This record gives sequence, C-alpha cells and structure tokens, in this order.
Amino acid sequence: MIQVIAFWLFASIVIASATMVILARNPVHSVMWLILAFFNAAGLMLLAGAEFIAMLLVIVYVGAVAVLFLFVVMMLDIDFAELRAGFVRYLPLGALVAIILAAELIVAVAAWSAGKVDLAARAAPVVSDKSNIQQIGELLYTRYIFLFEAAGIVLLVAMIGAIVLTHRQRGGVRVQNISAQNRRRPQDATRLVDPGVGQGMEL
Amino acid sequence: MISVGHYLAVSAVLFTLGVLGIFINRKNIIVILMAIELILLAVNINLVAFSAALGDLVGQVFSMFVLTVAAGEAAIGLAILVIYFRGRGTIAVDDANRMKG
Repeated sequence: MIQVIAFWLFASIVIASATMVILARNPVHSVMWLILAFFNAAGLMLLAGAEFIAMLLVIVYVGAVAVLFLFVVMMLDIDFAELRAGFVRYLPLGALVAIILAAELIVAVAAWSAGKVDLAARAAPVVSDKSNIQQIGELLYTRYIFLFEAAGIVLLVAMIGAIVLTHRQRGGVRVQNISAQNRRRPQDATRLVDPGVGQGMEL
Repeated sequence: MISVGHYLAVSAVLFTLGVLGIFINRKNIIVILMAIELILLAVNINLVAFSAALGDLVGQVFSMFVLTVAAGEAAIGLAILVIYFRGRGTIAVDDANRMKG
C-alpha cells in the first residue's frame, strides 16, 4: 500500500514539476523545478528497485547538470522577458505535436500490454541474493567493459570540448612559457667579449 | 497495484512535456536544453521500468550510458551557449544564422 501511495506521490510531483520547468517565467525557477523533477524521478526508480541508477540520478543530474545550468543562467546577463515573446505563437503547433506524440505513445503502450513481445532470453537476469549495485558492477566491468570505457571517453571528450570552447586567451597578460625557458641554453643568452683597453663597452 | 504500464504512462507524459517545452520556448535555448534533459529522463524511467518488469539488468546498465551522454551533452551545449552569448550578447536562437544552414 505504501508503495502505491509513494508511486502516485512521486509520479504526480515529477509531472507537475516538469510542467513548471517548461512554463516558468524565470529560467532560475525552471532549474529549481528541474531539480525537484530529478529528485522525484530518482524516487520512482527506487520504487522500481534500481537503487544504483536512482543514486546516480541524484549525484549526476542534481549535483552536476542542474548546478551547471544554474551557473550559466545566473552568469549570462539575458533579458528573459524578451525571450518569452513567441510563447503564445508557438503554442498551437507545439500542442499539436505534443498531442500526436502522446497519442502515439499511448497506442504503443496499449499494443505492448495487449500482447507483449516474446523476448527470446534475458540478457542478464536479476539474481535475487545479490544487491542491485553489486549485480550492475559485475555486469559493467565484465560484459559491458568496452561500452563503459566508451562512456568514459565520451565524458573526456565533452570535458575537453567544453574547456576548449570556453577558454579565452586574454591579451596583455604575461604568462610563463615553461618549454621556452627549458629550451634556452647559456650560449643563446650570454656572450663573452674581450674589448681592448679604451675602446669602451657595447651594451 | 503498480505495474510497468504506470511507469510507461509517467514516462510518456514526461517525454511529451519535454517535446512541448522545446516548441513553446523556441527562443530560450537554456529552457530547450532543460527540456532535452526531461526527455532523456523519460527515456531513463522507461529503461528502468522495463528492466524491473523483465528482471533484466541490461536496462539499468544502458540507463547509465544515457545518463553519461546527457551529462556530456549538457556540458557541450552550455559551453556553446556561453561562447555564443559572448559573441552576440543574446541567446535568441531565432536569429542564429551565422552558418547560413
């Protein structure tokens, strides 16, 4: 019984906060509603028995992505009222697409529940005497090790890409060039002269 | 009793809200990125629900990869947004026609 109540609570809050994400006037409020939606989606996943994904959702989405959004929204000086201008104009088209999409999804779910597709075999059946995170770990580090490393490369490329895109070389700043310093030899920098008496010294 | 159908319904509504958000916030690219995050969240709920219903862990493993791609996409998207704002002083995507595509 408590699961049913929790499900409806999480489901209604996640949908309500997703609605507020796309309707809120101020994008900062949108980010806050997005955080609420992520927390409640994590609750939904906990109810489904996916503890690891639920915790990952809280850490990655709330801890990283939402904070990133918040930083960008607050750092850019944007007139958000002007950006809302086309809101009503695009509403009919957006509603039409959304209704078509929702109808298609309902038809798909109904067709699936009418007679579900007979899957040949479970790829990785759940073992009941092990915890969720242990099972995922055993799967992730053995059968899906290359996919796991590919995910790491995706994150590395995203990190380097974001740094390269936003890094700005400022003019007029004197920076240390380590390799130029190490390349410099004494014979390039110093000169041994032997001037005669009374000829003076060239500096 | 909560079945996989309930999860699919929540995920379908979330997905539709994400698509609607992209359409009605045509100018504000930050909200568009947030709507994309909502869509990916709906996909994740779908994967987890089917993983639980079928007793198969692969759904949860794939959900982790979707999460990875979502994080990378948000980072790159916001970086592009920052340099676009630096150059143009606005983030209205209607007049983003620099590449004449």
